[in-house]
Amino acid sequence: MRKIIKPCGFHCIKMKDLGVSFGDQVVLEHINLHIHCGSLTAIIGRNGAGKSTLVKAILDDIPHQGTIEFRNTENGKIKHLKIGYVPQSLNLEPNAPMDVYDLITSFCFKYPIFLKKKSVENEIKEALEIFEAEGLIHKQVGKLSGGELQRVLLSMAIMDQPDLLLLDEPVSGIDKNGMDLFYQKMDYLRKNYDMSIVLISHDLDYVAKYADKVVLIDKTVMADGTPKKVFESEAFKNVFGGVSYE
Amino acid sequence: MSNYFAELFQYDFMRRAFIAILVITPLLGILGTMIVHKKMAYFSDALGHSALTGIAIGVVLGVMDTNVSMVIFAIVFAFLLNQINRKNLAATDTIISVFASCSTAIGLAILSRGGNFSKYSGILVGDILSITSKEILYLVVIFAVTGVFWCVAVNKLNAISIHPTLAKSRNISVRLVEDIFAVIIALIVTLSIKWIGILLINALLILPAASSRNISSNMREYHGFSVLFSVFSGIIGLVISYFTNVATGPMIVIVASVIYFATYLYGKE
Repeated sequence: MRKIIKPCGFHCIKMKDLGVSFGDQVVLEHINLHIHCGSLTAIIGRNGAGKSTLVKAILDDIPHQGTIEFRNTENGKIKHLKIGYVPQSLNLEPNAPMDVYDLITSFCFKYPIFLKKKSVENEIKEALEIFEAEGLIHKQVGKLSGGELQRVLLSMAIMDQPDLLLLDEPVSGIDKNGMDLFYQKMDYLRKNYDMSIVLISHDLDYVAKYADKVVLIDKTVMADGTPKKVFESEAFKNVFGGVSYE
Repeated sequence: MSNYFAELFQYDFMRRAFIAILVITPLLGILGTMIVHKKMAYFSDALGHSALTGIAIGVVLGVMDTNVSMVIFAIVFAFLLNQINRKNLAATDTIISVFASCSTAIGLAILSRGGNFSKYSGILVGDILSITSKEILYLVVIFAVTGVFWCVAVNKLNAISIHPTLAKSRNISVRLVEDIFAVIIALIVTLSIKWIGILLINALLILPAASSRNISSNMREYHGFSVLFSVFSGIIGLVISYFTNVATGPMIVIVASVIYFATYLYGKE
Protein backbone atom coordinates (compact mmCIF):
# COMPACT_ATOMS: atom_id res chain seq x y z
CA MET A 1 0.00 0.00 0.00
CA ARG A 2 1.27 3.42 -0.86
CA LYS A 3 2.37 5.74 1.87
CA ILE A 4 -0.04 8.35 2.97
CA ILE A 5 1.81 11.63 3.12
CA LYS A 6 0.35 14.64 4.83
CA PRO A 7 0.43 17.75 2.68
CA CYS A 8 3.64 19.57 3.52
CA GLY A 9 2.45 22.98 2.46
CA PHE A 10 5.77 23.77 0.87
CA HIS A 11 4.94 22.94 -2.71
CA CYS A 12 3.41 25.38 -5.04
CA ILE A 13 2.38 25.30 -8.68
CA LYS A 14 2.70 28.65 -10.39
CA MET A 15 1.17 29.40 -13.75
CA LYS A 16 2.59 32.54 -15.23
CA ASP A 17 0.92 34.39 -18.04
CA LEU A 18 -0.55 31.30 -19.66
CA GLY A 19 -2.13 31.93 -23.04
CA VAL A 20 -3.52 29.86 -25.89
CA SER A 21 -4.52 30.95 -29.34
CA PHE A 22 -5.64 29.02 -32.39
CA GLY A 23 -4.59 31.06 -35.40
CA ASP A 24 -5.94 34.58 -34.87
CA GLN A 25 -8.42 33.46 -32.27
CA VAL A 26 -7.30 34.06 -28.70
CA VAL A 27 -8.87 31.43 -26.44
CA LEU A 28 -6.98 32.16 -23.22
CA GLU A 29 -4.67 34.96 -22.18
CA HIS A 30 -2.78 36.17 -19.11
CA ILE A 31 -3.75 33.30 -16.83
CA ASN A 32 -1.81 33.68 -13.57
CA LEU A 33 -2.53 31.15 -10.85
CA HIS A 34 -0.94 29.86 -7.67
CA ILE A 35 -1.93 26.44 -6.46
CA HIS A 36 -0.71 25.18 -3.08
CA CYS A 37 -0.38 21.53 -2.22
CA GLY A 38 -3.28 20.10 -0.32
CA SER A 39 -5.68 22.60 -1.80
CA LEU A 40 -8.76 22.05 -3.93
CA THR A 41 -9.16 24.60 -6.67
CA ALA A 42 -12.32 24.71 -8.75
CA ILE A 43 -12.33 26.30 -12.17
CA ILE A 44 -15.71 27.60 -13.20
CA GLY A 45 -16.99 29.56 -16.18
CA ARG A 46 -19.65 29.55 -18.86
CA ASN A 47 -19.51 27.13 -21.79
CA GLY A 48 -16.76 28.09 -24.20
CA ALA A 49 -14.91 30.17 -21.62
CA GLY A 50 -11.77 28.12 -22.20
CA LYS A 51 -11.91 25.74 -19.23
CA SER A 52 -11.06 22.60 -21.17
CA THR A 53 -8.44 24.49 -23.14
CA LEU A 54 -6.80 25.47 -19.86
CA VAL A 55 -6.69 21.81 -18.85
CA LYS A 56 -5.07 20.91 -22.16
CA ALA A 57 -2.54 23.71 -21.76
CA ILE A 58 -1.64 22.53 -18.25
CA LEU A 59 -1.16 19.04 -19.69
CA ASP A 60 1.02 20.52 -22.42
CA ASP A 61 -1.24 18.89 -24.99
CA ILE A 62 -1.61 22.07 -27.02
CA PRO A 63 0.89 24.81 -27.81
CA HIS A 64 0.68 27.65 -25.31
CA GLN A 65 2.52 30.72 -24.10
CA GLY A 66 3.66 31.29 -20.55
CA THR A 67 5.12 28.85 -18.04
CA ILE A 68 4.00 26.38 -15.43
CA GLU A 69 6.42 26.03 -12.55
CA PHE A 70 6.38 23.52 -9.76
CA ARG A 71 8.44 24.80 -6.90
CA ASN A 72 9.40 23.76 -3.42
CA THR A 73 8.92 27.04 -1.56
CA GLU A 74 11.10 25.87 1.31
CA ASN A 75 14.32 25.67 -0.68
CA GLY A 76 13.20 27.26 -3.95
CA LYS A 77 14.00 24.18 -6.03
CA ILE A 78 12.03 23.58 -9.17
CA LYS A 79 10.74 20.05 -9.65
CA HIS A 80 9.14 18.18 -12.51
CA LEU A 81 5.38 18.37 -12.12
CA LYS A 82 3.65 14.99 -12.20
CA ILE A 83 0.03 15.28 -13.22
CA GLY A 84 -2.73 12.74 -12.67
CA TYR A 85 -5.33 13.56 -15.24
CA VAL A 86 -8.95 12.39 -15.18
CA PRO A 87 -10.67 13.00 -18.52
CA GLN A 88 -14.38 13.56 -19.01
CA SER A 89 -14.95 10.40 -21.01
CA LEU A 90 -13.11 7.72 -22.95
CA ASN A 91 -13.14 6.96 -26.62
CA LEU A 92 -14.62 3.45 -26.34
CA GLU A 93 -17.63 1.60 -27.69
CA PRO A 94 -19.75 -0.32 -25.16
CA ASN A 95 -18.59 -3.70 -26.46
CA ALA A 96 -14.89 -2.89 -26.85
CA PRO A 97 -12.90 -5.95 -25.74
CA MET A 98 -11.26 -4.27 -22.78
CA ASP A 99 -11.69 -4.71 -19.07
CA VAL A 100 -10.52 -2.44 -16.27
CA TYR A 101 -7.30 -4.46 -15.91
CA ASP A 102 -6.47 -3.80 -19.59
CA LEU A 103 -7.31 -0.12 -19.28
CA ILE A 104 -5.06 0.53 -16.32
CA THR A 105 -2.27 -1.75 -17.57
CA SER A 106 -2.17 0.10 -20.90
CA PHE A 107 -1.53 3.42 -19.22
CA CYS A 108 0.51 2.45 -16.18
CA PHE A 109 2.45 -0.75 -16.87
CA LYS A 110 4.89 -2.08 -19.43
CA TYR A 111 3.78 -5.70 -19.19
CA PRO A 112 1.94 -6.43 -22.49
CA ILE A 113 -1.83 -6.53 -22.16
CA PHE A 114 -2.23 -9.67 -24.24
CA LEU A 115 -0.63 -11.54 -21.37
CA LYS A 116 -1.54 -11.33 -17.73
CA LYS A 117 0.57 -11.00 -14.64
CA LYS A 118 -0.61 -11.63 -11.13
CA SER A 119 1.60 -8.96 -9.55
CA VAL A 120 0.28 -6.30 -11.93
CA GLU A 121 -3.25 -7.42 -11.18
CA ASN A 122 -2.65 -7.15 -7.43
CA GLU A 123 -1.19 -3.69 -7.76
CA ILE A 124 -4.18 -2.55 -9.78
CA LYS A 125 -6.55 -4.09 -7.25
CA GLU A 126 -4.85 -2.18 -4.46
CA ALA A 127 -5.21 1.08 -6.33
CA LEU A 128 -8.87 0.38 -7.05
CA GLU A 129 -9.51 -0.32 -3.36
CA ILE A 130 -8.95 3.35 -2.51
CA PHE A 131 -12.15 4.09 -4.40
CA GLU A 132 -13.95 0.85 -3.50
CA ALA A 133 -13.70 -0.26 -7.12
CA GLU A 134 -11.65 -3.46 -6.76
CA GLY A 135 -14.68 -5.54 -7.77
CA LEU A 136 -14.68 -3.89 -11.19
CA ILE A 137 -11.27 -5.15 -12.27
CA HIS A 138 -12.64 -7.71 -14.72
CA LYS A 139 -15.61 -5.70 -15.89
CA GLN A 140 -15.68 -4.41 -19.46
CA VAL A 141 -14.85 -0.71 -19.48
CA GLY A 142 -17.59 0.16 -21.99
CA LYS A 143 -20.18 -1.35 -19.67
CA LEU A 144 -19.26 0.63 -16.54
CA SER A 145 -21.71 3.22 -15.28
CA GLY A 146 -20.63 6.89 -15.16
CA GLY A 147 -19.80 6.67 -11.46
CA GLU A 148 -17.91 3.39 -11.79
CA LEU A 149 -15.82 4.68 -14.69
CA GLN A 150 -15.00 7.79 -12.70
CA ARG A 151 -13.77 5.76 -9.74
CA VAL A 152 -11.63 3.63 -12.03
CA LEU A 153 -10.13 6.70 -13.73
CA LEU A 154 -9.45 8.30 -10.36
CA SER A 155 -7.71 5.18 -9.07
CA MET A 156 -5.56 5.21 -12.19
CA ALA A 157 -4.81 8.92 -11.87
CA ILE A 158 -3.39 8.64 -8.37
CA MET A 159 -1.51 5.39 -8.97
CA ASP A 160 1.90 6.95 -9.35
CA GLN A 161 1.36 9.64 -6.73
CA PRO A 162 0.94 12.76 -8.84
CA ASP A 163 1.65 16.24 -7.49
CA LEU A 164 -1.41 17.58 -9.19
CA LEU A 165 -4.73 15.84 -9.75
CA LEU A 166 -6.45 17.45 -12.70
CA LEU A 167 -10.10 16.65 -13.34
CA ASP A 168 -12.08 17.77 -16.35
CA GLU A 169 -15.78 17.98 -15.39
CA PRO A 170 -15.55 14.74 -13.48
CA VAL A 171 -19.10 14.45 -12.26
CA SER A 172 -21.15 14.54 -15.44
CA GLY A 173 -23.78 11.82 -15.44
CA ILE A 174 -23.66 11.11 -11.72
CA ASP A 175 -26.59 11.36 -9.31
CA LYS A 176 -26.64 13.55 -6.21
CA ASN A 177 -25.59 10.75 -3.91
CA GLY A 178 -22.62 10.02 -6.15
CA MET A 179 -21.70 13.69 -6.20
CA ASP A 180 -21.49 13.85 -2.43
CA LEU A 181 -19.35 10.73 -2.33
CA PHE A 182 -17.13 12.15 -5.03
CA TYR A 183 -16.48 15.43 -3.26
CA GLN A 184 -15.93 13.70 0.06
CA LYS A 185 -13.33 11.55 -1.65
CA MET A 186 -11.64 14.63 -3.08
CA ASP A 187 -11.57 16.08 0.39
CA TYR A 188 -10.01 12.89 1.72
CA LEU A 189 -7.37 12.87 -1.03
CA ARG A 190 -6.18 16.39 -0.51
CA LYS A 191 -6.05 15.99 3.22
CA ASN A 192 -4.23 12.67 3.19
CA TYR A 193 -2.03 12.77 0.12
CA ASP A 194 0.54 15.33 -0.78
CA MET A 195 -1.26 16.62 -3.86
CA SER A 196 -3.17 19.58 -5.15
CA ILE A 197 -6.48 19.11 -6.88
CA VAL A 198 -7.74 21.24 -9.73
CA LEU A 199 -11.15 20.46 -11.10
CA ILE A 200 -13.45 21.96 -13.64
CA SER A 201 -16.97 21.99 -12.38
CA HIS A 202 -20.49 23.10 -13.17
CA ASP A 203 -21.93 22.29 -9.76
CA LEU A 204 -21.61 25.61 -8.03
CA ASP A 205 -23.19 24.52 -4.75
CA TYR A 206 -20.67 21.68 -4.37
CA VAL A 207 -17.87 24.01 -5.32
CA ALA A 208 -19.03 26.42 -2.62
CA LYS A 209 -19.04 23.63 -0.08
CA TYR A 210 -15.75 21.88 -0.82
CA ALA A 211 -13.35 24.12 -2.75
CA ASP A 212 -10.67 26.19 -1.01
CA LYS A 213 -10.34 28.39 -3.97
CA VAL A 214 -12.49 29.19 -6.96
CA VAL A 215 -11.25 30.58 -10.24
CA LEU A 216 -13.77 32.12 -12.58
CA ILE A 217 -12.44 32.26 -16.09
CA ASP A 218 -13.70 33.78 -19.27
CA LYS A 219 -10.76 33.96 -21.64
CA THR A 220 -8.74 35.13 -18.65
CA VAL A 221 -9.08 35.05 -14.86
CA MET A 222 -12.13 37.20 -14.07
CA ALA A 223 -12.13 36.52 -10.35
CA ASP A 224 -10.33 34.21 -7.95
CA GLY A 225 -10.17 33.56 -4.23
CA THR A 226 -12.42 31.88 -1.70
CA PRO A 227 -15.79 30.65 -2.97
CA LYS A 228 -17.52 33.42 -1.04
CA LYS A 229 -15.33 36.11 -2.53
CA VAL A 230 -15.77 34.88 -6.09
CA PHE A 231 -19.51 34.26 -5.80
CA GLU A 232 -20.02 37.80 -4.56
CA SER A 233 -17.91 39.36 -7.29
CA GLU A 234 -19.29 41.49 -10.07
CA ALA A 235 -17.78 39.20 -12.72
CA PHE A 236 -19.60 36.18 -11.24
CA LYS A 237 -22.93 37.97 -11.42
CA ASN A 238 -22.27 38.89 -15.04
CA VAL A 239 -21.58 35.29 -16.02
CA PHE A 240 -24.08 33.40 -13.92
CA GLY A 241 -26.79 36.07 -13.64
CA GLY A 242 -28.93 36.29 -10.55
CA VAL A 243 -28.20 32.84 -9.10
CA SER A 244 -27.46 33.09 -5.43
CA TYR A 245 -25.56 30.70 -3.17
CA GLU A 246 -25.42 30.43 0.54
CA MET B 1 -8.23 -38.76 -44.79
CA SER B 2 -4.50 -39.08 -44.16
CA ASN B 3 -4.10 -39.90 -47.83
CA TYR B 4 -5.58 -36.57 -48.72
CA PHE B 5 -3.09 -34.75 -46.56
CA ALA B 6 -0.20 -36.82 -47.85
CA GLU B 7 -1.28 -35.78 -51.32
CA LEU B 8 -1.48 -32.15 -50.20
CA PHE B 9 2.05 -32.04 -48.91
CA GLN B 10 3.82 -34.01 -51.58
CA TYR B 11 4.39 -30.80 -53.52
CA ASP B 12 7.07 -28.35 -52.48
CA PHE B 13 4.92 -25.37 -53.38
CA MET B 14 2.17 -26.60 -51.04
CA ARG B 15 4.61 -27.08 -48.20
CA ARG B 16 6.02 -23.61 -48.71
CA ALA B 17 2.54 -22.10 -48.96
CA PHE B 18 1.60 -23.85 -45.74
CA ILE B 19 4.62 -22.47 -43.89
CA ALA B 20 4.05 -19.00 -45.35
CA ILE B 21 0.48 -19.06 -44.11
CA LEU B 22 1.63 -20.12 -40.65
CA VAL B 23 3.86 -17.03 -40.62
CA ILE B 24 1.63 -14.43 -42.29
CA THR B 25 -1.73 -15.19 -40.71
CA PRO B 26 -0.79 -14.77 -37.03
CA LEU B 27 0.96 -11.56 -38.02
CA LEU B 28 -2.13 -10.19 -39.75
CA GLY B 29 -4.27 -11.39 -36.85
CA ILE B 30 -2.18 -9.53 -34.29
CA LEU B 31 -1.83 -6.35 -36.32
CA GLY B 32 -5.54 -6.40 -37.10
CA THR B 33 -6.48 -6.11 -33.43
CA MET B 34 -5.11 -2.58 -33.15
CA ILE B 35 -6.11 -1.57 -36.70
CA VAL B 36 -9.72 -2.37 -35.85
CA HIS B 37 -9.38 -0.93 -32.35
CA LYS B 38 -7.96 2.35 -33.62
CA LYS B 39 -10.52 2.44 -36.45
CA MET B 40 -7.82 2.45 -39.10
CA ALA B 41 -9.43 0.04 -41.59
CA TYR B 42 -9.46 2.70 -44.32
CA PHE B 43 -5.80 3.42 -43.50
CA SER B 44 -4.55 -0.09 -44.23
CA ASP B 45 -6.82 -0.25 -47.26
CA ALA B 46 -5.31 2.95 -48.66
CA LEU B 47 -1.83 1.56 -47.98
CA GLY B 48 -2.66 -1.60 -49.89
CA HIS B 49 -3.76 0.42 -52.89
CA SER B 50 -0.61 2.52 -52.72
CA ALA B 51 1.35 -0.64 -53.59
CA LEU B 52 0.34 -0.23 -57.24
CA THR B 53 1.82 3.25 -57.34
CA GLY B 54 4.97 2.03 -55.65
CA ILE B 55 5.44 -0.65 -58.29
CA ALA B 56 4.66 1.85 -61.06
CA ILE B 57 7.26 4.27 -59.73
CA GLY B 58 9.76 1.43 -59.66
CA VAL B 59 8.97 0.57 -63.29
CA VAL B 60 9.30 4.21 -64.40
CA LEU B 61 12.62 4.63 -62.60
CA GLY B 62 13.84 1.32 -63.98
CA VAL B 63 14.40 -0.17 -60.51
CA MET B 64 15.45 -3.82 -60.67
CA ASP B 65 13.35 -4.97 -57.75
CA THR B 66 9.97 -3.24 -57.67
CA ASN B 67 9.44 -4.59 -54.16
CA VAL B 68 11.89 -1.93 -52.96
CA SER B 69 10.07 0.97 -54.59
CA MET B 70 6.76 -0.47 -53.39
CA VAL B 71 7.88 -0.64 -49.76
CA ILE B 72 9.49 2.81 -49.81
CA PHE B 73 6.47 4.42 -51.38
CA ALA B 74 4.14 2.71 -48.89
CA ILE B 75 6.19 4.01 -45.96
CA VAL B 76 6.14 7.55 -47.33
CA PHE B 77 2.42 7.21 -47.94
CA ALA B 78 1.89 5.93 -44.39
CA PHE B 79 3.62 9.01 -42.97
CA LEU B 80 1.48 11.23 -45.18
CA LEU B 81 -1.72 9.53 -44.02
CA ASN B 82 -0.66 9.85 -40.37
CA GLN B 83 -0.03 13.53 -40.91
CA ILE B 84 -3.51 13.99 -42.40
CA ASN B 85 -4.98 12.06 -39.51
CA ARG B 86 -3.33 14.35 -36.96
CA LYS B 87 -4.80 17.46 -38.50
CA ASN B 88 -8.05 16.26 -36.91
CA LEU B 89 -10.18 17.40 -39.81
CA ALA B 90 -13.81 16.44 -39.90
CA ALA B 91 -13.46 14.80 -43.30
CA THR B 92 -10.29 12.78 -42.72
CA ASP B 93 -11.79 9.67 -44.30
CA THR B 94 -12.72 11.62 -47.44
CA ILE B 95 -9.27 13.13 -47.79
CA ILE B 96 -7.56 9.78 -47.31
CA SER B 97 -9.91 8.27 -49.84
CA VAL B 98 -8.98 11.01 -52.32
CA PHE B 99 -5.25 10.33 -51.82
CA ALA B 100 -5.75 6.58 -52.12
CA SER B 101 -7.84 6.81 -55.29
CA CYS B 102 -5.44 9.26 -56.82
CA SER B 103 -2.42 7.09 -56.10
CA THR B 104 -4.19 3.94 -57.34
CA ALA B 105 -5.16 5.70 -60.56
CA ILE B 106 -1.63 6.93 -61.18
CA GLY B 107 -0.30 3.43 -60.54
CA LEU B 108 -2.84 1.81 -62.87
CA ALA B 109 -2.26 4.45 -65.55
CA ILE B 110 1.50 3.89 -65.59
CA LEU B 111 1.33 0.10 -65.39
CA SER B 112 -1.29 -0.15 -68.14
CA ARG B 113 0.74 1.90 -70.58
CA GLY B 114 0.95 0.09 -73.93
CA GLY B 115 -1.65 -2.47 -72.83
CA ASN B 116 0.74 -4.28 -70.51
CA PHE B 117 -1.33 -4.44 -67.35
CA SER B 118 -1.96 -8.19 -67.58
CA LYS B 119 1.68 -8.58 -66.52
CA TYR B 120 0.76 -7.06 -63.16
CA SER B 121 -2.80 -8.29 -62.71
CA GLY B 122 -1.55 -11.13 -60.53
CA ILE B 123 -0.87 -8.63 -57.79
CA LEU B 124 -4.58 -7.88 -57.48
CA VAL B 125 -5.44 -11.34 -56.15
CA GLY B 126 -1.98 -12.63 -55.22
CA ASP B 127 -0.62 -16.17 -55.38
CA ILE B 128 0.59 -17.80 -52.20
CA LEU B 129 1.60 -20.95 -54.10
CA SER B 130 4.40 -19.04 -55.82
CA ILE B 131 6.26 -18.08 -52.64
CA THR B 132 9.96 -18.98 -52.49
CA SER B 133 12.00 -20.08 -49.48
CA LYS B 134 13.89 -16.80 -49.49
CA GLU B 135 10.64 -14.85 -49.36
CA ILE B 136 9.47 -16.94 -46.43
CA LEU B 137 12.67 -15.97 -44.66
CA TYR B 138 11.84 -12.27 -45.19
CA LEU B 139 8.45 -12.90 -43.64
CA VAL B 140 10.03 -14.60 -40.65
CA VAL B 141 12.25 -11.55 -40.10
CA ILE B 142 9.25 -9.21 -40.27
CA PHE B 143 7.42 -11.55 -37.94
CA ALA B 144 10.20 -11.26 -35.36
CA VAL B 145 10.40 -7.46 -35.69
CA THR B 146 6.65 -7.10 -35.28
CA GLY B 147 6.66 -9.47 -32.32
CA VAL B 148 9.21 -7.34 -30.49
CA PHE B 149 7.43 -4.12 -31.39
CA TRP B 150 4.15 -5.56 -30.23
CA CYS B 151 5.45 -6.56 -26.80
CA VAL B 152 6.87 -3.08 -26.27
CA ALA B 153 4.14 -0.99 -27.86
CA VAL B 154 0.79 -2.72 -27.55
CA ASN B 155 -0.03 -1.05 -24.23
CA LYS B 156 0.89 2.34 -25.62
CA LEU B 157 -1.12 1.82 -28.81
CA ASN B 158 -4.10 0.82 -26.74
CA ALA B 159 -3.70 3.82 -24.43
CA ILE B 160 -3.50 6.18 -27.40
CA SER B 161 -6.63 4.73 -28.92
CA ILE B 162 -8.52 5.15 -25.63
CA HIS B 163 -7.53 8.76 -24.94
CA PRO B 164 -4.59 10.45 -26.68
CA THR B 165 -4.35 13.33 -24.20
CA LEU B 166 -4.41 10.99 -21.22
CA ALA B 167 -1.76 8.87 -22.93
CA LYS B 168 0.39 11.93 -23.46
CA SER B 169 0.00 12.97 -19.83
CA ARG B 170 1.43 9.55 -18.94
CA ASN B 171 4.59 10.29 -20.92
CA ILE B 172 3.69 8.08 -23.86
CA SER B 173 5.29 9.39 -27.04
CA VAL B 174 2.12 9.34 -29.10
CA ARG B 175 3.66 10.45 -32.39
CA LEU B 176 6.57 8.03 -32.31
CA VAL B 177 4.46 5.00 -31.46
CA GLU B 178 1.88 5.88 -34.10
CA ASP B 179 4.55 6.41 -36.75
CA ILE B 180 6.29 3.12 -36.07
CA PHE B 181 2.94 1.34 -36.10
CA ALA B 182 2.15 2.91 -39.49
CA VAL B 183 5.54 1.84 -40.89
CA ILE B 184 5.00 -1.72 -39.70
CA ILE B 185 1.54 -1.83 -41.26
CA ALA B 186 3.06 -0.48 -44.48
CA LEU B 187 5.80 -3.12 -44.46
CA ILE B 188 3.52 -6.04 -43.78
CA VAL B 189 0.79 -4.96 -46.16
CA THR B 190 3.17 -4.42 -49.06
CA LEU B 191 5.24 -7.52 -48.41
CA SER B 192 2.22 -9.79 -48.21
CA ILE B 193 0.43 -8.28 -51.20
CA LYS B 194 2.25 -10.50 -53.67
CA TRP B 195 0.74 -13.55 -52.02
CA ILE B 196 -2.57 -12.30 -50.73
CA GLY B 197 -3.40 -9.63 -53.30
CA ILE B 198 -4.26 -5.95 -53.11
CA LEU B 199 -7.97 -6.65 -53.23
CA LEU B 200 -7.89 -9.06 -50.28
CA ILE B 201 -5.11 -7.98 -47.94
CA ASN B 202 -7.33 -5.61 -45.99
CA ALA B 203 -9.98 -8.28 -45.55
CA LEU B 204 -7.41 -10.50 -43.86
CA LEU B 205 -6.29 -7.70 -41.59
CA ILE B 206 -9.78 -6.73 -40.54
CA LEU B 207 -11.91 -9.89 -40.52
CA PRO B 208 -10.16 -11.98 -37.83
CA ALA B 209 -9.92 -9.03 -35.42
CA ALA B 210 -13.50 -7.96 -36.14
CA SER B 211 -14.71 -11.53 -35.55
CA SER B 212 -12.75 -11.73 -32.32
CA ARG B 213 -14.25 -8.43 -31.21
CA ASN B 214 -17.71 -9.93 -31.53
CA ILE B 215 -17.03 -12.43 -28.78
CA SER B 216 -14.18 -11.05 -26.63
CA SER B 217 -14.48 -9.09 -23.43
CA ASN B 218 -10.80 -8.39 -22.73
CA MET B 219 -7.49 -7.98 -24.51
CA ARG B 220 -6.27 -11.53 -23.90
CA GLU B 221 -9.34 -12.99 -25.58
CA TYR B 222 -9.23 -10.34 -28.30
CA HIS B 223 -5.66 -11.18 -29.29
CA GLY B 224 -6.07 -14.92 -28.83
CA PHE B 225 -9.22 -15.33 -30.92
CA SER B 226 -7.95 -12.97 -33.60
CA VAL B 227 -4.79 -15.02 -34.12
CA LEU B 228 -6.74 -18.27 -33.91
CA PHE B 229 -9.32 -17.18 -36.51
CA SER B 230 -6.61 -15.83 -38.77
CA VAL B 231 -4.50 -19.00 -38.73
CA PHE B 232 -7.57 -21.22 -38.99
CA SER B 233 -8.94 -19.32 -42.03
CA GLY B 234 -5.50 -19.45 -43.63
CA ILE B 235 -5.03 -23.21 -43.28
CA ILE B 236 -8.60 -24.21 -44.08
CA GLY B 237 -8.64 -21.75 -47.01
CA LEU B 238 -5.44 -23.26 -48.41
CA VAL B 239 -6.71 -26.82 -48.09
CA ILE B 240 -10.10 -26.05 -49.64
CA SER B 241 -8.51 -24.07 -52.44
CA TYR B 242 -6.27 -27.02 -53.26
CA PHE B 243 -9.12 -29.50 -53.54
CA THR B 244 -11.53 -27.14 -55.31
CA ASN B 245 -8.95 -25.58 -57.60
CA VAL B 246 -9.90 -22.05 -56.56
CA ALA B 247 -7.36 -19.25 -55.93
CA THR B 248 -6.11 -19.44 -52.33
CA GLY B 249 -6.47 -15.79 -51.30
CA PRO B 250 -10.19 -15.53 -52.00
CA MET B 251 -10.83 -18.89 -50.34
CA ILE B 252 -9.09 -17.75 -47.14
CA VAL B 253 -11.18 -14.59 -47.10
CA ILE B 254 -14.37 -16.59 -47.63
CA VAL B 255 -13.55 -18.78 -44.62
CA ALA B 256 -12.71 -15.66 -42.56
CA SER B 257 -16.02 -14.08 -43.57
CA VAL B 258 -17.97 -17.16 -42.53
CA ILE B 259 -16.25 -16.97 -39.13
CA TYR B 260 -17.17 -13.29 -38.89
CA PHE B 261 -20.87 -13.95 -39.46
CA ALA B 262 -20.86 -16.90 -37.09
CA THR B 263 -19.26 -14.87 -34.29
CA TYR B 264 -21.60 -11.98 -35.03
CA LEU B 265 -24.63 -14.20 -34.50
CA TYR B 266 -23.06 -15.85 -31.46
CA GLY B 267 -22.12 -12.49 -29.94
CA LYS B 268 -25.67 -11.18 -30.35
CA GLU B 269 -27.14 -13.95 -28.25
